[in-house]
Amino acid sequence: MPEDVLCTENLSVSFDGFRALNRLNFSLQRGELRVVIGPNGAGKTTLLDAICGKVTPSEGRVLFKGQDLRGLSEYEIVHLGIGRKFQTPSIYRDHTVFENLELSFKAKKTVFSTLFAQRGHMLREQIFRILELIGLPDKIGYRAGALSHGEKQWLEIGMVIVQDPDLLLIDEPVAGMTDDESEKTGELLKSIAQDQAILVIEHDMTFVRQIARTVTVLHEGALLFEGPVDEVQRHPRVIEIYLGREKGSDAQH
Amino acid sequence: MARSAPSELSGPTSRILAAAPPGGSLRDGNRRFPEVVGLVTIAIVLVVALPVLNVVGRPLPGTEALGAWYWISDVQLNLLGRYLSYALLALGLDLIWGYTGILSLCQALFFCIGGYCMGMYLSLQTGAEGVYESTLPDFMVWNRVTELPLFWQPFHSFWFTMAAIVIVPSLFAFIFGFLTFRSRVRGVYFAVLTQALAYSMWLLFNRNSMNLGGTNGLTNFKQIVPTLFGHATTFRLAEPTVQRGLYIVTALCLVAAYLLCRWITRTRLGRVLTAIRDNENRVRFSGYNPANFKLFVFVVSAALAGVAGALYVPQTGIITPGKMSVAASIDMVIWVAVGGRGTLIGAVLGALIVNAGYSYFTTHFAAYWPYFLGLLFVAVVMLVPGGLIGLPAQVRGRVTWPRRRDRVE
Repeated sequence: MPEDVLCTENLSVSFDGFRALNRLNFSLQRGELRVVIGPNGAGKTTLLDAICGKVTPSEGRVLFKGQDLRGLSEYEIVHLGIGRKFQTPSIYRDHTVFENLELSFKAKKTVFSTLFAQRGHMLREQIFRILELIGLPDKIGYRAGALSHGEKQWLEIGMVIVQDPDLLLIDEPVAGMTDDESEKTGELLKSIAQDQAILVIEHDMTFVRQIARTVTVLHEGALLFEGPVDEVQRHPRVIEIYLGREKGSDAQH
Repeated sequence: MARSAPSELSGPTSRILAAAPPGGSLRDGNRRFPEVVGLVTIAIVLVVALPVLNVVGRPLPGTEALGAWYWISDVQLNLLGRYLSYALLALGLDLIWGYTGILSLCQALFFCIGGYCMGMYLSLQTGAEGVYESTLPDFMVWNRVTELPLFWQPFHSFWFTMAAIVIVPSLFAFIFGFLTFRSRVRGVYFAVLTQALAYSMWLLFNRNSMNLGGTNGLTNFKQIVPTLFGHATTFRLAEPTVQRGLYIVTALCLVAAYLLCRWITRTRLGRVLTAIRDNENRVRFSGYNPANFKLFVFVVSAALAGVAGALYVPQTGIITPGKMSVAASIDMVIWVAVGGRGTLIGAVLGALIVNAGYSYFTTHFAAYWPYFLGLLFVAVVMLVPGGLIGLPAQVRGRVTWPRRRDRVE
């Protein structure tokens, strides 16, 4: 029986009385690749924020591998095995690509362990493996700030992968990417989804079709529909509140 | 390069491996050798050459003749010694501000805490040589204090004082930093809080009831009597040889502090510090607790400032609350900005140049110093964001006009 790596129970998040998430029940299995879609303000990013400890739920709870995440700070949640990629590339621009990955690498991360940390073979090999995976082996010594937008997105995905998490939270990975880049990103996510559960937020329906097996549709902070891509695109409510608004773009093909 | 890829790797990966140096930063791997030569040269000049020039070329006693042209006079050496203690403080400030991006406006306070520890020891060593021929420091006699306050007692001991110089400012920084960093006080709010701390401590130290000499501070020091290998040796501060010795100790401490900071910035911890400066949020999501790293660097900078203050006091002969004013802390920030924040040598250079400028201007055009300092600061921030140390690169870069480039935040 497949096991839930993540589940939320009645999860609500309020900002000054506005309910960004409204009693959301959601679950994700080990190794699953799930895409969450929904119109602006549906609570997609808030869901990720609540999972990774950036915002505190006003109600309900998040269970990760059976453990309640309430009260844990962001870095503790990272150590439990949740990695987060932000919507706009969030990397260390003054560090090299190698150093960006080195800092993200799964290791003890206390003051003293970092003071005496060595760059062992394990670390190097892992990083080179990831560099091959994200297609940046030639950029190893580049200042991360000098990378192109797409490369920054890949680097950040690489930084999350090298943390070796059981769950990756990925917010709009292909925003601002060309079609080629976007397809490459899709392949990348599919290739890592075998070992790790991935939760992706994305608007680009071509991309969603490329990677998704199951799609979750959020609307006004609650779950509207969950199912395979084709069913989602045929579902009348989904078309009405979300896809229909995209002015006959991707959804209609 | 005498290094080979692990056998199981081949193809592009081994090529990358060959391109990545084994330790230190990837950026400066091949420029290491000349840098080390430069640093060793500077260290030898400061620690050995200048004191030697102070000895040779000295005018014969009793003659009116000037020393040889290459003679470093006692006054000059002493002045340089004080600047070197400032440079030591600047290293700490650069660690926290230049590398970690946290603006601390209470470094002068830590400097003074170290300075007062030393001052208390020196006051007690004066013994009955004071104006009132009492074993109590002069100001206590004057304030009608009849018994040495309890917190003064341990400062009879040289080694207790040496320990206190490092521990007291560190402890202070630890408590203050623990409370602020944990509550995620950041950016300008942290700067304002440290300023408030410095101001309140300044008010406190100005009070006579603190038993630290009030506005006049501690002065009239006579001697240092360290116990080395079981023997108490007396060093009279008025003697040029002792002042030269203090200079050499200061220069050695600066070299040691430089090496310490250089080591820190080149470890993974050092890379976490710059990562905090660039993107604190990401640091959290990379699994680090930024509060602990900030606390560490704040404590290190406080300890360095304390040592700097303790070295400064016997070379100057006085410590007053004026040294811990908010303005004093801001001056220190200017040194680092002028020299080049985010580079250790820049911090040292800035402290030396600005203070040399201060001495020059206050001798020749005393009234204009504040204007000049203000102008210098504005000019550096607007035109040379990388400081003097970044100037050659900026000129070489030719894209030069800073408006078009990324500025250091």
